[in-house]
Amino acid sequence: MSVADDARALRDAAAAATPSTAVRPAADRAPARPAAGGAPRGRRGVSPAWRKRLEILFFVSPALALFAVFVVVPVVQAGRYSLYDWNGLGPMDDFVGFQNYVRALGDDVFTSAVQHNLTIVVLSILVQLPLGLGIALLLNREMWGRTFLRVVIFVPYVLAEVVAGVVWFMLLQPRGPVDALLEAVGLGSFTQLWLGDPDVALYTVLVVLTWKYLGLAVILFLAGLQGVPEELYEAAQLDGASWWQVQRRITIPLLGPTIRTWGFLSMIGSLQLFDMVWILTKGGPANSTVTMATYLINQGTDRSLYGYASAVAVLLFAISFVLAALYQVFVLRRDNKEVAS
Amino acid sequence: MTRNRRAASVLALGATVALLAGACGSGSGGDEAQGDGDVTLTWWHNSNNEPGRGFYEQVAADFEAANPGVTIDVQAMQHEDMLTKLDAAFQTGDTPDVYMERGGGELASHVEAGLTMDLSDEAADTIEKLGGSVAGWQVEDKTYALPFSVGVVGFWYNTALFEQAGITEVPTTQAELDDAVQALKDAGIEPISVGAGDKWPAAHYWYYYGLRECSQDVLTDAVTSLDFSDECFLRAGEDLESFIATEPFNAGFLATPAQSGPTSASGLLATGQVAMELAGHWEPGVMQGLTEDGEGLGENTGWFAFPTVETGDGDPAAALGGGDAWACAADAPPECVDFIEYLLSDEVQTGFAENSMGLPTNPAASGAVADPALADLLTVRDEAPYVQLYFDTAFGENVGGAMNDEIALMFAGEASPQDIVDAIQSAAGTA
Repeated sequence: MSVADDARALRDAAAAATPSTAVRPAADRAPARPAAGGAPRGRRGVSPAWRKRLEILFFVSPALALFAVFVVVPVVQAGRYSLYDWNGLGPMDDFVGFQNYVRALGDDVFTSAVQHNLTIVVLSILVQLPLGLGIALLLNREMWGRTFLRVVIFVPYVLAEVVAGVVWFMLLQPRGPVDALLEAVGLGSFTQLWLGDPDVALYTVLVVLTWKYLGLAVILFLAGLQGVPEELYEAAQLDGASWWQVQRRITIPLLGPTIRTWGFLSMIGSLQLFDMVWILTKGGPANSTVTMATYLINQGTDRSLYGYASAVAVLLFAISFVLAALYQVFVLRRDNKEVAS
Repeated sequence: MTRNRRAASVLALGATVALLAGACGSGSGGDEAQGDGDVTLTWWHNSNNEPGRGFYEQVAADFEAANPGVTIDVQAMQHEDMLTKLDAAFQTGDTPDVYMERGGGELASHVEAGLTMDLSDEAADTIEKLGGSVAGWQVEDKTYALPFSVGVVGFWYNTALFEQAGITEVPTTQAELDDAVQALKDAGIEPISVGAGDKWPAAHYWYYYGLRECSQDVLTDAVTSLDFSDECFLRAGEDLESFIATEPFNAGFLATPAQSGPTSASGLLATGQVAMELAGHWEPGVMQGLTEDGEGLGENTGWFAFPTVETGDGDPAAALGGGDAWACAADAPPECVDFIEYLLSDEVQTGFAENSMGLPTNPAASGAVADPALADLLTVRDEAPYVQLYFDTAFGENVGGAMNDEIALMFAGEASPQDIVDAIQSAAGTA
């Protein structure tokens, strides 16, 4: 029996103990309640089944009402606005059908915004996954100052995005601290117009995003690592596995559900990216960092094209939804099945 | 949202006591008028710093004293806050009675939506007194707001740095400007800062070249018909393209913001890192806010008009500018008109000028402008044969935004003169 098989056999137990695999079918929770069938009737003569329904209704309806008012209604409204040519003032009476959508999809700036978002989705995962995993594995070892280092790694994530953005904006100015630092260590020839060069700006934004969000990946991976049972490491060591083998064959496979969940969060975050780009570049220079969300604000609401902005918002929603659904079907479903079985 | 703090840059001192008994409340009462004439007017303004704030409170108190039964609810806000709140107010229809209009396309869409009161008859005397200034706030020959401050755009420069580069005379032609840029570069000084990150400061260059290249008739025609097919607009783009090619701007100008922080275009000028910047009358106030001593460039502040171009058909004295005006909401009580007329009265405008809150439009207040830099500007404005409203304001947010985006692309070397014209025409639907 190989180490990997061993790992697989124990995975259910491990997954159950892992806090990050929170995606669990409701059926799991059901046994926590007393079975409805044979229970004695309540004092007021309401059947337990009804009582339970009332209870659910009572506790769920405030949340549902809020969800309806602040999520469902605006989404439906946006869908309606998107079919009109409307500047936000006066009555909405210029029905244009799907013209706003046609215009958005035919706009070079919008299609490049979608490209930028997808680039950020892919590069975020490609860069942050190995980095985050490596740091998490390192910080999972017993060593001096471990807690301190964990805090240091996590601090950027705790900082408000706008604050972090403004700080980086200042650091990245021409002749700013970043350039000065590079020059001080003899790398003066590497200085760039970090935010001012259309060929560089998107990658500058990506570096700042990595700095900001690496902490989240590390914390999630560390949490996942807590769920890997100690016995497996012992067993592997007894079998003579090296440190690398242990990481590759035990730790990373057992971390799978956590990594996949993180990937999902990262993807959604990248698709909705707004604040950092808005602070650093406003989508510029020359639209080289424009994302779907900054496009929506810049070309939609700032120009009082509320109908068009709504169409872009619906497109952003649709693109995010489709990608999330695909991820759910092809990646996350594995975890759900395994946990459910 | 575009023009950050353009009007918020007003600073002032002291309070002027003025009285005007202007109770000419005609017509039937508005929705807020009650029986015996007790009326409350809400007034939003953006002079939220002393002394402007105190001055306006005094103005409101004086008006209340002269008009028993009228209460004025003054709300001073920071400029961007006010714009955001106004946007929201217009959409809900719950607008303040007295508010600020920037004219042009923005006003036109408010008028179209029936949100703004027609002042043509009620305020006829004041409109006549203000003369040509009101043109930017007229839609189809009706006046909807009374401009209280109209300024012009030009080059603000650092006299010390010009001296250091050996420039003795300010440039008046494009060739002289090019020479000055070269002289500054030779002296190791970055010539010009431009907040191309915010787009509109970059766009001002194209507007001005348009103003220099096109005759007034062509321009007036284009601004109303949004048809920019005249070849002078192409020449404007070519002028700008060749000026950009001389690399006169600060490093990383594509990402430079206009007015926020020490690394903004205004910040660079205020801290002596560049020699000049194309900006409006708000610039000294903005620079004062960006320097620790609150002085801005202080005594080194200089101003010169946008240079002329050789091939131009435009009047060399024509100026690009814009301003702020007081307007009444469509459903405001009639006392509102009395109040904004009072705001444009000789007394209030004189106090406004004495406190250096802007460039007054009432000719009676012209002599009272205290700040020497602003007084110079006032002369330029009043001597200009016409003041063209900023194109983006004139065309409204939609066409203006598309135009500014395309001009900013030219600064990045990614748009041709033809592209700019095409972008305007396609946004305006006049291609």
